[in-house]
Amino acid sequence: MDRVVASCDEAVADIPNGASIMIGGFGPPGVPVNLVRALRQRGLHDLVLIYCGGGTEEDGIGGLIADGAVRKLITSFPVHPGAHAVRERYLQGEIELEVVPQGTFVERIRAAGAGLGGFYSPTGVGTELAAGKEVRLIDGRAFVLELPLPADYALIKAFRADQWGNLVYRRTMRNFNPIMATAARMVIAEVDEVVPVGSLSPEEIETPCLFVDRVVEVPRDWFRHATSAERR
Amino acid sequence: MPLTREGIAYRIAHDLPDGSFVNLGFGMPSLVTHFLPLGKTVLIHSENGILGAGPKAPPGQEDPDLVNANGDFVTLVPGASLFDHALSFTIVRGGHLTHAVLGALQVSRRGDLANWRIPGARVPGVGGAMDIAVGAQRVWVAMTHTTDHGEPKIVEECTYPLTAPRCVQRIYTDLAVLSVVGGELLLEEVAPGVTVQDVTARTGASLTIPSRVPTMDIPAELAGIQLVTV
Repeated sequence: MDRVVASCDEAVADIPNGASIMIGGFGPPGVPVNLVRALRQRGLHDLVLIYCGGGTEEDGIGGLIADGAVRKLITSFPVHPGAHAVRERYLQGEIELEVVPQGTFVERIRAAGAGLGGFYSPTGVGTELAAGKEVRLIDGRAFVLELPLPADYALIKAFRADQWGNLVYRRTMRNFNPIMATAARMVIAEVDEVVPVGSLSPEEIETPCLFVDRVVEVPRDWFRHATSAERR
Repeated sequence: MPLTREGIAYRIAHDLPDGSFVNLGFGMPSLVTHFLPLGKTVLIHSENGILGAGPKAPPGQEDPDLVNANGDFVTLVPGASLFDHALSFTIVRGGHLTHAVLGALQVSRRGDLANWRIPGARVPGVGGAMDIAVGAQRVWVAMTHTTDHGEPKIVEECTYPLTAPRCVQRIYTDLAVLSVVGGELLLEEVAPGVTVQDVTARTGASLTIPSRVPTMDIPAELAGIQLVTV
């Protein structure tokens, strides 16, 4: 039951070329930057990334894209400041983009994790993002069929884990992480701190350990130096 | 005199009722928080999982795990809650936000909204715009009445890619407040010193104009207000 592995390199060592990989995070919070850096070191190619943004140099995802490791990015908002690599690759025709409304993006992942065959959403009806999709009238309102979005791997970030992989999040670190934890065949979590089994309150555990395959502890300097009030 | 961006934000803040749950778009809509009157409780929703987002954190007091949807390091108000993206968009799409205040490139007479993709932008990106436009109970638009080149942004039919059809209920601009009522645009108010003719001349859609159009109640000292820091 011990899911703790020694290093980020070890945690991502078996990810193959062509794998589909979810990466959590929105803005800096919740991006597993050290796992992404280790993945970049692997020098893989033809990856399909499922990530809400476009990636930056700081979060490492921009680096993966700049390296040419990514064949396709399934995303919601790849046009934020700092998303230079995806812009350049896309305009050169070197990366495929699938742009999904943000609520649809997370719900497709949730559907995959929840064992659903898809769902009908009002979002996007009557727009170019619904082109070619099945539209159905339900109680007189138009909905568009959206399909589940699973992945081979999920790289996620949490605040604390116990050795079994029960996860706790902090502030807006949650974002996509608890959802992605349900939707990939292999779930790898980077955490600030690993604590003994039994020391997390059952009520605070947001991701139960059965979703998590590997845990890596990467302490953050910020947290070590924070005051106790800030650490709550 | 047309309102400043801050004047538009002030006018919207005035209309948000006590007990509102509001999502604010980037840019001009985000200024609304600066003008919420004391004694009125309005909780700000942020797509990345906050109900009760507060002002930006003072320099040096940023929490590295706490940003809003704009990527700003923010604070939380008392009573705030935090959640994941699935719950956040359950709030949005499920009709649980009382209001959304969004920017716009174009709004049509019937309330169609175009605000996600500028024609000519070669890389697409949508974010939460479409979910919020279909989901919020009331979608209000905050924008300048015309483009920088003087072209109307209120039009008969949107020519830019749609975010959602028939979702906008009210439009607040530097010149006027308009409501979409039964597929028609009703001129509700004009800014101080702005005439009905000024508005119709800068609007690309037919307007329903009551016999008497009130002037906005903007305190004189706020008519030309611009925030020093945002």
